[in-house]
Amino acid sequence: MKKSVFFGALAATTLVSGMALAATLDDVKARGELLCGSNTGLTGFGSPDASGNWSGFDVDLCRAVAAAVLGDANKVKFVPTTGETRFTALQSGEVDLLVRNSTWTFSRDTELALDFVAVNYYDGQGFMVKKDLGVSSAKELDGATVCIQTGTTTELNLADFFKQNNISYQPVTVADDSEAQRQYLAGACDAYTTDASGLAASRATMPDAENHVILPEIISKEPLGPVVRHGDNQWGDIVRWTYFALLVAEEKGVTAANVEEVLASTADEEVKRLLGASGDMGAKIGLDNDAFKRSIAAVGNYGEIFARNIGEGTSINLARGLNALWTQGGLQYAPPFR
Amino acid sequence: MAIEFSRKDMLPPLPPPVSERGAVKWARENLFSTPLNIALTVLGVLVILWLVKSALPWWLNSVWNASSLSECRAIVEASAGAGATGACWAMLRVWWSGFIFGFYPSAEWWRPILSLGLLFAALSPALFAGQKRNLTIVIAGAALFLVVALYLAETPATAFVLSMVLILGLLALAQVAPAKLLWFTLIYPALMLWLLWGGSVWLPIVGMAGFGVLYFVFRLASPFIGLAPAAGLGVVAAALWWLYIDVPVVNQLQGLLPFGIPSIDSDEFGGFLLATVIGVTAITFSLPIGILLALGRQSDMLIVKTLSVGFIEFIRGVPLITLLFTASLLLQYFLPPGTNFDIILRVIILVTFFAAAYLAEVIRGGLAALPRGQYEAADALGLDYWRAQRLIILPQALKISIPAIVSTFIGLFKDTTLVGLIGLYEPLKGITQLVRADTNWKGIYWEPYIFVGVIFFVICFGMSRYSMYLERKLKTDHR
Repeated sequence: MKKSVFFGALAATTLVSGMALAATLDDVKARGELLCGSNTGLTGFGSPDASGNWSGFDVDLCRAVAAAVLGDANKVKFVPTTGETRFTALQSGEVDLLVRNSTWTFSRDTELALDFVAVNYYDGQGFMVKKDLGVSSAKELDGATVCIQTGTTTELNLADFFKQNNISYQPVTVADDSEAQRQYLAGACDAYTTDASGLAASRATMPDAENHVILPEIISKEPLGPVVRHGDNQWGDIVRWTYFALLVAEEKGVTAANVEEVLASTADEEVKRLLGASGDMGAKIGLDNDAFKRSIAAVGNYGEIFARNIGEGTSINLARGLNALWTQGGLQYAPPFR
Repeated sequence: MAIEFSRKDMLPPLPPPVSERGAVKWARENLFSTPLNIALTVLGVLVILWLVKSALPWWLNSVWNASSLSECRAIVEASAGAGATGACWAMLRVWWSGFIFGFYPSAEWWRPILSLGLLFAALSPALFAGQKRNLTIVIAGAALFLVVALYLAETPATAFVLSMVLILGLLALAQVAPAKLLWFTLIYPALMLWLLWGGSVWLPIVGMAGFGVLYFVFRLASPFIGLAPAAGLGVVAAALWWLYIDVPVVNQLQGLLPFGIPSIDSDEFGGFLLATVIGVTAITFSLPIGILLALGRQSDMLIVKTLSVGFIEFIRGVPLITLLFTASLLLQYFLPPGTNFDIILRVIILVTFFAAAYLAEVIRGGLAALPRGQYEAADALGLDYWRAQRLIILPQALKISIPAIVSTFIGLFKDTTLVGLIGLYEPLKGITQLVRADTNWKGIYWEPYIFVGVIFFVICFGMSRYSMYLERKLKTDHR
């Protein structure tokens, strides 16, 4: 009985604070700064350098939102959150927006009263093995020892996969990515499993990268995306359409470098609406009409962000894969801008 | 003539047989006395050899100049052949400031440095009460440290000169009137807060004035209503001062005489700066609170006793990490939305409570170790409760508890690394993770840990040696 009273009180407090926090846009404008929940440090996706300047794939989305809302991509304060604190930080209003490679799942969307507004990276769990193991498919990993991070959904995915394929494995649990890499390189496990982007990043920094292969099987769906609080739809719209604006920009060939030029010369009505030359798209969601133009000018389109932070040629060296535009066989698809 | 068979002078003593002296004797006695010992010795030597053999090349191949891990590896391969491993300390060239200061802006580094130097000056009267020689050594050492460190940190000239005047003034004060140094110790916390977080200079001054209000009200009221109610009244007055008068007065004064230093956000704190701020503040405040709790637990007053026992048992029954999550997450739910209650402050408060609960039990152990006769002697002298505690009971009880108190402090300092779990950039996990997230250094494993471990060892070893010194100094028995 007492317990339920306590949780009732907690829920009521959450509700009250949720209502009081409803107008995130006004809060952000009044503060003059966007509070963006980010990773405590993940290569390519979000981490500060030694002088505290943040960069990364997720970080750039925060900057795009700041550019749209406040007119300055640098008016962002990045609040480092851990796997345990991230959702509470968002719910309690400590951050306005969470872009921290968080997987969109049913329970997070519903139970935790959060809204995943888009998917900015389609990830999935994969395996990495040493080449001399002679394995070409994850289904041949019968009896293998597998390095796996504890307390993540990857652990459950792994168990499911091996059970479905009726093969056995021996888990070697590790605390984090760097420990996993060390154990794997030291030979403590035959295979290392985590999200494919993480595997690629790990492999890229190994002293003998050519001796390791990432197996073709992707055993789970990990759609990662920006998260906002339930119940503030205007703010959700702003984040969602800022993201879609970056996608449309890539689709239409608008880049950070040529945005002014395109604005002056384009005959494409959708591009005009995107850049604020016609219609009043920005005004409809509480911003000004130049909002999306500023975002694109500040961080570039989706393709540029991808290429700069995690794409081929960077040390992480990820192919676009599922994250290519729908026109190029990927899943990144923005609804029409009208 | 009789033959003399006696010598005129003494023969020099023969050296003992080889097996009974020097290294051989020592080895025979300590390493090879029994078959089991022989086996263990051989095994131990083999293990050490194996460790050295496997780790030594890594140390010898250390690289100090490189811009990324792959460059380090290339250098090691070039100098030591393919497949060789080597430590990549070049990482420290880029990241040392992160490990020490976090993201504290480099133009303001003189502020934490000055705080640290002054910390020793402020601690010295408490650590070496009235011993002029030790006081001089510590403060002169702090001054020397400040000269070097402030110079290296490219301190602005004004700040440099002011710092020097301050520390040399303290040094002079230690010569003239060592007892007066305690006043500096009392104002140091406010000075440290102001130096580290910055802002208007009136903030700490008006804040400290609250204590003045407390004292003033206490002195004024105590002759009429007695000590305890007067103390209560003083606390109420001080609270009113801080809640309602503090802010407007600061604003007024700031309007009249604007003087301040740039304010620094809590999220720019990191590395050992963060660990030290949390550790030192929590250590300083947990000792008095712990003493009060220990006395409260022994008290005859029901409410005081119940509250003390409840507090101690609750805090000790909860893991520190739970308290940290409470500080970081749960408090946000209960505070009104928009409240900006600094995260480092929240953490410091809960870490202080945690340490105080443990200290209370440690000190209670010291109190329990005192013979009943000491309490009775204090009573027989006609001392009231607080005098008896201050003059007779606590000096002995605290002396007994020194090793355990310092243990608690060392544990507390190392526990500050737990704040990494709530997303603060402490040195062990937080900054290390950033180093590994840096595309240039991803894949580095041992080097950050070793660097952080060495610094932690130096600090904790220093604390431990100080406690041994203190025990020797305070030793009055003849066991």
